[in-house]
Amino acid sequence: MTFEIFTFSFMHRAIISGIAIAILCSVVGLFLVLRRYSLFGDAIAHSSFGGIALGLMAGIYPLWTAYGVSIVSALIMTRIKDRFNISGDASIAVLLSSGIAVGLVIIGLSGGFTLDIFSFLFGSILLVSVNDTILILSLTGIILIVILLLYRQLLYSTFNEEQAKVSGVPVEKINYLIVFMAGITVVTSIQLVGVLLISALFVIPNVTAIMYGKGFKQTVIISMSFSIFSVVAGILVSYIFDITPAGTIVLFAIGIFACTMGIKSAGLLSRHN
Amino acid sequence: MLKVVEIDHLTIEYPDVKAIDDVSFTVNQGDFLGIIGPNGAGKSTLFASMLSLNTKYKGTIKFFSTDIRKSKNYLKEIGYVPQKPIFEKNFPATVNDVVKMGLQKESDENKIDEIMQQLWIHELSERRIGELSGGQQQRVFIAKALVNNPKVLILDEPVTGIDQQSIDLFYSILKELNSKQNITIIWSSHDLDAVNKLANHVACLNRTLFFHGESDDFFENDELVKQYSEASMQEHMHHH
Repeated sequence: MTFEIFTFSFMHRAIISGIAIAILCSVVGLFLVLRRYSLFGDAIAHSSFGGIALGLMAGIYPLWTAYGVSIVSALIMTRIKDRFNISGDASIAVLLSSGIAVGLVIIGLSGGFTLDIFSFLFGSILLVSVNDTILILSLTGIILIVILLLYRQLLYSTFNEEQAKVSGVPVEKINYLIVFMAGITVVTSIQLVGVLLISALFVIPNVTAIMYGKGFKQTVIISMSFSIFSVVAGILVSYIFDITPAGTIVLFAIGIFACTMGIKSAGLLSRHN
Repeated sequence: MLKVVEIDHLTIEYPDVKAIDDVSFTVNQGDFLGIIGPNGAGKSTLFASMLSLNTKYKGTIKFFSTDIRKSKNYLKEIGYVPQKPIFEKNFPATVNDVVKMGLQKESDENKIDEIMQQLWIHELSERRIGELSGGQQQRVFIAKALVNNPKVLILDEPVTGIDQQSIDLFYSILKELNSKQNITIIWSSHDLDAVNKLANHVACLNRTLFFHGESDDFFENDELVKQYSEASMQEHMHHH
């Protein structure tokens, strides 16, 4: 049974997609966490719920509408936040509740909750198709290339916006780019952990990695490693014990975080931690 | 003499107060200008406008004879060290990461090494920025400001909250940058003694500019120094 699972093609797709999503969430999530925007992923995910409901009602593939709705609403919310000087946490609350509200109303209008809705709420990584896998790999590749090309600007504007501006970094554009990439990452990751647990992948491996890593690149690599481990272990264990993959993946990530806290409390991490 | 900065009738108004009132002065290449003034005198506001962080002002600011409203290219020639750099205490960036953030062109590892050695932070390069002392952090931020070979270095009260030993090292570095590399330095400070020792020009700012000229002309004029000290003291009392 244990080795047999490696022979299933759905398992190959799940693990490959899962690893790509783990990498993507770690990198994009680290910028969000360091900008004190940890729950932004959650807000985008909730707004994507409205998009999913819209797609299901209109008979369009729900992830396409989810991409559109989440990215547009995240960009609009960022604009409103800057323009009217609303705090980050308040804007997250507005985005989060509006997405759910729109979703609930649309679901009500179209006859109530269906199995499809539940698979988006809680993830369905074992059901990803070949096309889904190709899409996930392509988007991961594109976002990673963008991050590599704009690495200095992204890092600098996250470190200190004012100084980045003085050094000629187009900080506002970079902020919108991060929001845009977060939107794509969130919707892409919905298939893995669902709308409700998405922020766990953005936040937990990163806050854990920050306790270990010294430099930025080292922290990204550590975060990716924890994230990949949680995803692969979560998928395999959940399959073996027939439990939900999303919850298992997140519990693995929380387990690593808890161990790190234990190691830190015992004074085994170096001074900067 | 090449004019690096020309500030002409600069006025910055907030809804209830004029933060800067009709200030004009020029800075020539190679000058070491100390801008002194009490808390709330408008020093940081002046710098924010010079760095295009605040664009709501009347009057003109020129760098290298070009109005900064017309082009932001001058920023490439400027290194800026803020009063107290704000960053997340546990931000996962090493000293090396922070210095490299300042690079606007492709990385020149030799230049980075050279600057880190010059500022005595070479041995700290793999340490996390948040675990350094205030003085060490400030040297890292100078290094970041210097990696692009700037023509002008702008420092906003850069030694606030730093131990005396680091301050002395910091001042000797500034002196060397100005005298050996001919970098123009514009530096705001509370410390009259330090300004007296280092700067060759002084601008005395308290919303308006009530002195601008050679350092010796200011410090040899007891009346001016007294006036400054009184204004400074009044402001100090006001703040407490």
